[in-house]
Amino acid sequence: MQTSASSVESRESSTLTPPRLDTIVVALAGFSAVLIVAIVLFILSDITLGGMERLTWEFLSAEPRHGMTEGGIFPAIFGTFLLVIIMSVAGVPVGTVTAIYLAEYAREGSLVAKLIRFAVKTLAGVPAIVFGLFGLGFFIQFVGTGMDQALSGGETLKWGQPNILWASLTMALLTLPVVIVSVEESLKAVPREIREASFALGATRWQTIWRVILPNSLTGILTGGILAVSRGAGEVAPILFTGAAYFLPHLPTSLSDQFMELGYHIYIMATQSVDVEATKPLQYSTTLVLLLLTFALNFSAIFLRYRVRMRLQAS
Amino acid sequence: MTKPEGVLHTPMEKPVASETATTSGTKSLMHEQEAVSRSVTNPSQSSLRPRFRFSDFVAEKLILLTSLGSLGFIVLIFAFVFREASSLFFDPLIRMEVSWGNLLSSTWQPVSDEAKYGLLPLLAGTFKVTVIAVLIGAPIAVLSALFTATLAPKWARETMKPAIEILAGFPSIVIGFFALTTLASIIQSLTGTVFRLNAFVGGLALSFAVIPIIYTISEDALTAIPKSFREASLALGASRAQTAFRVLLPAATPGIFAAILLGIGRAFGETMIVLMATGNAPMLSFGPFEPVRTMTATIGAEMAEVVFGDSHYSVLFLIGLILFMFTFIINGIAEFGIRQRLLKRFQGAS
Repeated sequence: MQTSASSVESRESSTLTPPRLDTIVVALAGFSAVLIVAIVLFILSDITLGGMERLTWEFLSAEPRHGMTEGGIFPAIFGTFLLVIIMSVAGVPVGTVTAIYLAEYAREGSLVAKLIRFAVKTLAGVPAIVFGLFGLGFFIQFVGTGMDQALSGGETLKWGQPNILWASLTMALLTLPVVIVSVEESLKAVPREIREASFALGATRWQTIWRVILPNSLTGILTGGILAVSRGAGEVAPILFTGAAYFLPHLPTSLSDQFMELGYHIYIMATQSVDVEATKPLQYSTTLVLLLLTFALNFSAIFLRYRVRMRLQAS
Repeated sequence: MTKPEGVLHTPMEKPVASETATTSGTKSLMHEQEAVSRSVTNPSQSSLRPRFRFSDFVAEKLILLTSLGSLGFIVLIFAFVFREASSLFFDPLIRMEVSWGNLLSSTWQPVSDEAKYGLLPLLAGTFKVTVIAVLIGAPIAVLSALFTATLAPKWARETMKPAIEILAGFPSIVIGFFALTTLASIIQSLTGTVFRLNAFVGGLALSFAVIPIIYTISEDALTAIPKSFREASLALGASRAQTAFRVLLPAATPGIFAAILLGIGRAFGETMIVLMATGNAPMLSFGPFEPVRTMTATIGAEMAEVVFGDSHYSVLFLIGLILFMFTFIINGIAEFGIRQRLLKRFQGAS
């Protein structure tokens, strides 16, 4: 690996450190990198090999049967999609607007911008389970119970209990930083000349944002949304007690229904089911489905981002 | 759309419009001067300034208001987690049931006739799993960041990037499942421990979640070092390894420290991995191969079964409050204590 030039170099510098120690530490650093790749490959192959066999069309489209030892996971897939759709509808606009403020309006270093950036970073660092507690304390106990009081005088319990709306809103909050960071990056990638050209033509700041900058960064917003969806589809902790259900005979039809979800389904089957060994192939296949789903989302986000960068370089 | 509006002003509006035009004119003049004086110090500031408009003013305020939402959410999260935990401090009935002595005892038995809410085993469990995860994850992550940022050939860097992205993209439930079914069996056959699921298995699995964070931030810190550091070291005759370990690594220490802190924050707050892989026994023990239960796992496992508003419910929210405040402090230190200083250092150097 070492070229003759570098071996001369290291021999000359041997007064500082013996070259052997050099090789050892470099080898150690390289080994760490190889180890990470090995871990990734090991997990990937373990899940893939374990889950391939049962991954059929029937598995994706059927309902669980016989205490979840047979059948498919369609309700869980459906619930996951519903969750991330409601989550995106609630979260992506708010995240995009915040990113617009940070990228277009805020003066770098102003107190407001600093405060918002700190809030976004803090939000990203809050444990997922605490979001779950917040969803329970705020959405279910405070907003939901309040809505029940207002709508029916507290007689019927409709909104003051876990459901897909509260779970989705909780998840929207959790994924907000993902959207903000990603959209802000794409807004900043719009060349300054384009803004200045718009201003020079007499457009106001808002016109410039709405007609020039946003159309130019649509893919960036899409990327942010996809990354948020990928994150939201994989998180289980926030929905443990804000809406996910163990087993439901019907698909959710209203926002006040509970729902089944892929990650939660894995957790339940792997830890709570009566016969864990009997459901093991199903657990593997469900995990593989979740993994494929998040990968598909992540790769499309990476691809979109790559295309945006290419286009910017070309222009 | 806007041009015709400007032409079709009714006479009544005209004076008003011209007035705003003049005020905004002087304003923009002032801005211009400001911009000129600023452009000396800050070249990124454009001297072309947009026109002022009332609808723009409204739009800006609305956007600002929405952006302040994230700040509001932080306050709301704290307020509502605190609200649900507050009966521990203010409700006399619950105060009697859950005394400070009870909370600080070493037994966690929330569902018994005389409920015991000792937080010590949970704190110890979280601490133990976090330490194991960071002790395993941090050296691997920092060393490989150093390798790819300073020593490795380009192709190795190109291989590491997707590998780290994939590792970061694994949902924690997938890592938890992998730990529960595969990793735990491997560790048991290697070490022959009594308990298949224990703190070590949980910590090891958790390190997979911590590595991407530490790696990414460390690599950022390493690549942010001005080229002159590296060139000066090489010019003085140091080898590439010496440069990496003796010059670049020390220069990036604050950033790496921040990376490890954020890794600790992540390990501390992770729920699903530890819920599935640590064995979930709330016992006070010190061996790494004993089953433990963390604070996050306790909330995750027990919240679904509590009665709303009773003492158990409040104690679980108190645990959530501790988690929230701890991660808040960790992030604050990582951001303001370290990263800002690092930025300053390099700006002074280059």
